[in-house]
Amino acid sequence: MDFTFSEDQLLFCDNVKKFLHNEVTADSIRASWETDTGRSEQLWQQLVELGLTAMLVPEQFGGLGMNELDFVLLAQTCGEVALPEPLVETALVATPLLAALAGQDSRCANLLEKIAAGERKVAVGHAANHLVSDAHIADYLLLPSGNQIHLVSKDDVKLTAQPSVDPSRRLFSVDWKVSEETCITNGVEGVGLLAATLNRGALGAAAQLLGLAEAMVSMTVKYTADRHQFGKPIGSYQALKHHMANCAVKTEFAKPVLYRAAYTVSQRPLHADFAVSHAKVSAGEAALLAAKNSIQSHGAMGYTWECDLHIWMKRAWALDKFWGHAGFHKNRLHQWLMNPNAKIGADKTFGEQVA
Amino acid sequence: MDLNYTQEQIAFRKEVRQWLADNVPAKPLQSFDTTEGFAQHREWEKTLAKGNWGMVTWPKEYGGRGCNLIEWLIFEEEYYRAQAPLRVNQNGIFLLGPTLMEYGTPEQKARFISKMASGEEMWAQGWSEPGAGSDLAAIRSKAIRDGDEYVINGQKVWSTRAVFADWVFCIFRTDPASEKHHGLSFIFVPLDAPGVTVRPIPQLNGLPGFAEIFFDDVRVPVFNRLGEEGQGWHIAMSTAGFERGLMLRSPARFQETAKRLVALYREHANDILDLSIEDAVVKCFMDAEAYALSTYQTASRLMNGGKIGAESSVNKIFWSELDQKMHETALSILANRAELLPEASAAGDVGQWLDGFLFAQSGPIYAGTNEIQRNIIAERMLGMPRK
Repeated sequence: MDFTFSEDQLLFCDNVKKFLHNEVTADSIRASWETDTGRSEQLWQQLVELGLTAMLVPEQFGGLGMNELDFVLLAQTCGEVALPEPLVETALVATPLLAALAGQDSRCANLLEKIAAGERKVAVGHAANHLVSDAHIADYLLLPSGNQIHLVSKDDVKLTAQPSVDPSRRLFSVDWKVSEETCITNGVEGVGLLAATLNRGALGAAAQLLGLAEAMVSMTVKYTADRHQFGKPIGSYQALKHHMANCAVKTEFAKPVLYRAAYTVSQRPLHADFAVSHAKVSAGEAALLAAKNSIQSHGAMGYTWECDLHIWMKRAWALDKFWGHAGFHKNRLHQWLMNPNAKIGADKTFGEQVA
Repeated sequence: MDLNYTQEQIAFRKEVRQWLADNVPAKPLQSFDTTEGFAQHREWEKTLAKGNWGMVTWPKEYGGRGCNLIEWLIFEEEYYRAQAPLRVNQNGIFLLGPTLMEYGTPEQKARFISKMASGEEMWAQGWSEPGAGSDLAAIRSKAIRDGDEYVINGQKVWSTRAVFADWVFCIFRTDPASEKHHGLSFIFVPLDAPGVTVRPIPQLNGLPGFAEIFFDDVRVPVFNRLGEEGQGWHIAMSTAGFERGLMLRSPARFQETAKRLVALYREHANDILDLSIEDAVVKCFMDAEAYALSTYQTASRLMNGGKIGAESSVNKIFWSELDQKMHETALSILANRAELLPEASAAGDVGQWLDGFLFAQSGPIYAGTNEIQRNIIAERMLGMPRK
């Protein structure tokens, strides 16, 4: 029993964190809003060079063969900088799905190698999300149809942009025709893969939500130290301290829940629903509270377009509903907990482990 | 990261489970805030000590087992699973014990730790005063050096279990000219010393769980001072770290309450009209799980050489508010039977929820109010300005 990340995991995350904090700033994000795609090909290639798109790609397909637990701290960092590029969707959600099928389907294997190398991009649709994010820059789309998943070329879909409150998010409704040729899985296998995809999507959203929450708290702490009223920094008033402390409590207790979810997804994926839903609900609550208390602490300034807070706040509002909103995940928790055979109690935090 | 127990840990769990199955009293003990109940709990402490189960994390020489923190968590999980009695000497074993091991001289450790572990000597805490609550550094009670002794005058209040305890560990002002957190010392006083008067204060349940303690020219040897003269505040803060941090409220306690809450909900699910109760039950369960996961995370970090910091304040807020929420939810489920004492003939199977509800009201207040904890988090963890 050891509930810590390894030195390697922490070091790797630290390096990427430094890179992202240098490259992705409020200014660079605002600049990206003015571009056609809202995405930077140059930044994407830098992420590829760091090996980030290849992390969860098996070694035989040119990847690093790592798992969800290795990636979760990076996903948190992506939230911290409010990264517009679809790194989490690509590395954590799409590539493991392709990897699961790569042994039996050469199209998946080829695409996987090209994603790892930065030569192709993929977007993922799922019934939990009505729209597909980043479909406009994707070469291929993974799209669900009942129990089936299809791998569809960008040339065979019609995209309609659906603007989001978060100018960094690029969402699309997708018109496409189901055909036998594009189907890469179905039946029981399809159901399982769609369920696993949802769990990885929710895990990635939860991790980003915690990163967003921490970033909002830290910018609010800074703002309230600089802003003076009644001759003192407003951050010295207890009312604002308690707003921020409440955020810290929520965030600190959502973290171990997130890490347990990442561990469970990587080690016992068939038993991960409860852990993932717990993580998504907790992280969503932490991020929504951070947004609410941050805008309140910023006063009128927080209600402006000019103040950077909204870059993070709007992402939090959006991701809280993405890959299953709170109602969906609370329902899963409720179903699990109210089952008379649910294994609960102090000795069962990590499942039934007594012989 | 490896969230599987080792074979040794699994074997340890079985050993604990077996011992508890053989030794936990079949009939629940009376409240330790009664004379009889206190005596019963003291006996239970002696039983634990005989099996070397009193403080599993303590070194073997003090009657412990030298267990690491993961084993401690396993022990606690089994302890609450077995519904074993609450620990009457918790102020001693969970708070003073670790502090003594860190700051005590070899002679002090020899004198105090074993008797604490064996249940022979029960400890109360004497920190708060009528004018020093949240502002603990406003302590005015004095201990003035006179040769090899201190002469103590003043008053302590809200001393939990001091009515029945044998000793009290206090903070006194040893430098009368000092102010705030300077000039304080950490001193032990036997509660039967001449000049000590203990006056019981009934708590919400009517039982004398609190006391105020009056010191009138009480003399104790300098030997009873822990650490250096003037170091009292520093030592007290490390004790408070234990109090709010890991040891005092192990997650198992809340997980077992959450489990009972789920059972209560399932039993009454068809009669519940308030739709928010279902959500509250799920939330309570998740939060109890989160507290357990967080504690495993902290324990693992400490075992890898890390230190506990301001997160002890985060912990304290989380478990105390969770405990309140769980009991509020249980009373909502019990509806108009919730107010009935267990002896009421109409009470049926209301169990201990009301008693737990009353106790849960104290959680956000003791060990530093949650408002003070929020200040600590804001200032020390987040770096917000003090002034």
